Amino acid sequence: MKTKAFKAALPYTLPICAGFLFLGMSYGFLMRSKGFSFIYPMLMSFFIFAGSMEFVTVNLLLSAFNPAHALLLALMVNARHLFYGISMLEKYKNTGFKKLYLIYGMCDESFTINCTVLPSPDVDKGWFMFFVTMLNQIYWVSGATLGALLGYVIHFDVTGIEFVMTALFVVMFIDQWDEMDSHSSALIGVSCSLLCLLVLGSEQFLIPAMSLIIVCFLVQKRLRKDVVR
Amino acid sequence: MTTVQSIITIAAVVLGTMLTRFLPFLIFPEGKTPPAVITYLGTVLPYAVIGLLVIYCLKDAIFTPLHGLPELIAIAFITILHKWKKNTLFSIGAGTVLYMFLIQNCF
Repeated sequence: MKTKAFKAALPYTLPICAGFLFLGMSYGFLMRSKGFSFIYPMLMSFFIFAGSMEFVTVNLLLSAFNPAHALLLALMVNARHLFYGISMLEKYKNTGFKKLYLIYGMCDESFTINCTVLPSPDVDKGWFMFFVTMLNQIYWVSGATLGALLGYVIHFDVTGIEFVMTALFVVMFIDQWDEMDSHSSALIGVSCSLLCLLVLGSEQFLIPAMSLIIVCFLVQKRLRKDVVR
Repeated sequence: MTTVQSIITIAAVVLGTMLTRFLPFLIFPEGKTPPAVITYLGTVLPYAVIGLLVIYCLKDAIFTPLHGLPELIAIAFITILHKWKKNTLFSIGAGTVLYMFLIQNCF
């Protein structure tokens, strides 16, 4: 039963493999170039297992100690998981002990596969989703660890390598922009953040920006309701 | 930051991340429907948060004497490249290489 589910899951994860190895390696290499031992990216990619937040955490580790700030930022950056979870309430039902791992390892890519792919009826759905999640996590953790190990061997001027994080978010931003008809959410995100940054400075802007974004959305929702009425 | 502080910071990030993953399953065990506000925020927040993260990446560059000029050049380059080729890894890789070149040789 397990072998069958594994064989069904593997092909769906292969496209993810290339991307995760590349991004994971850039993440590991970045951490090594900032002076962290490979243990850091290995454990962080395993325990946090949320790509964007891991990149942000590199910055957090290099700034002043502020765990409350780190917690809030993680909640906000990963708020989309709440939505994934709500969509998967039904699908993860009756998966037994695997449910805990399925929830723990629910990254964007595993969610997308598990939410959209229906394996053939003779494949156990719980094990299929389990292997999708596990394979994706293996790719990511291996990439991060390999990248950091490479950082010990390869030496060149890495000034500016941290831009890989900006590049990643810019590309994600463009992809999201193209898939949405209304750009109001993206514009709210950029303008609230930029406004808070310019007014409050780089040390203080993040939490006010997050609050302002939520307020804007609540106001927008209220306004839409009034229009419908 | 000391090692202990690093570990606490990472633990806070793990806690925050895991809360977002486990909360729906804890609050809505079987059959309960989540309030409309939560579902609504879940649909719109991802689009805003990426914008926030882009600005977060530029937070220090904006206040330097160059006001983020090399960053903006690289971002424009990534945008053109990505609109043209639509290849995520290529756009990220080429954009980072261009930025490193700019920072190391031109600015």
